Amino acid sequence: MSDPKIINCEKALRHLFEYLDRELDGDLQAQMQQHMERCRSCLSRLEFEQTLKAHVQDSGTEQAPDSLRNRVNTLLREFGSKSREGDT
Amino acid sequence: MLRPCSMRGSPATAFMQHSDDFEAQLTGVLDRLYAAALHLTRNRAEAEDLVSEAVTRALQHRDSLRDPASFRGWIFRILTNTFISQCRKNRNCLEISPGDTHGDSEADFWLFDRLHQPLLLFWGANPEQEFINTILREDLGKALDRLPQKYRMVVLLSDVEGFSYPEIAAILEIPPGTVRSRLARARSRLQKSLWQQAVDTGFVTDPGGRPGSKSP
Repeated sequence: MSDPKIINCEKALRHLFEYLDRELDGDLQAQMQQHMERCRSCLSRLEFEQTLKAHVQDSGTEQAPDSLRNRVNTLLREFGSKSREGDT
Repeated sequence: MLRPCSMRGSPATAFMQHSDDFEAQLTGVLDRLYAAALHLTRNRAEAEDLVSEAVTRALQHRDSLRDPASFRGWIFRILTNTFISQCRKNRNCLEISPGDTHGDSEADFWLFDRLHQPLLLFWGANPEQEFINTILREDLGKALDRLPQKYRMVVLLSDVEGFSYPEIAAILEIPPGTVRSRLARARSRLQKSLWQQAVDTGFVTDPGGRPGSKSP
């Protein structure tokens, strides 16, 4: 029960988002993983935040309109030709 | 369509190859740049202008990109810097919303806790899943757009674009510790906003607040 490597719920929740974002160092990452394997309550919370994050990611997707693609292509041509003139 | 660059057997060959890579990388990330610009400006025409300006700056300074592998971070840094400088110039979009100056107490609202209140009048035995099922893409988009700029930027860069904390720190030119705390506050505010939407639309009755009332 008193394995020093096992972290409690308070510490696990403090580092939940860093764990979710894969920003923890190896030791703490492993300790968090161990905790999640043993604690259904914290795991439920992690899964909820994970799902919410995936939804946020999905909400940020858009397709660039053709008008923007045309503007970018024009810029690429302008700058490309300037570079090529400079090369010769 | 992009015009292909011809390859030549001259000292410029390496540069031309680099130019091809640059164009490919730019077109590959254009949707992401536009999506981020749209959330930053909240206006389609302004988002197009912002991306065009950022691309112009990127092309002017493309020699400063030493490592093609860091292209995404580099171009997003140009995009956010361009946005910030336009805001400063126009003085019209770096709003400080009420509560923006609050301290850590801002990062204390979590949907999971709300969904597990003992007296919550809710559907079903799995409130988290039920809540997730009610969230629409447009609800999230609105909640994201309601965040103050500095919070919106970190959520976009982290949760939407998948940049690491050190990468976000480099893009926004802020310390990594600030990324961590700002992201926590941003997520908390985003969740609070989603909760308020659910209360306002009657999906949930909050025993801790007045149904239909605005967040404090």
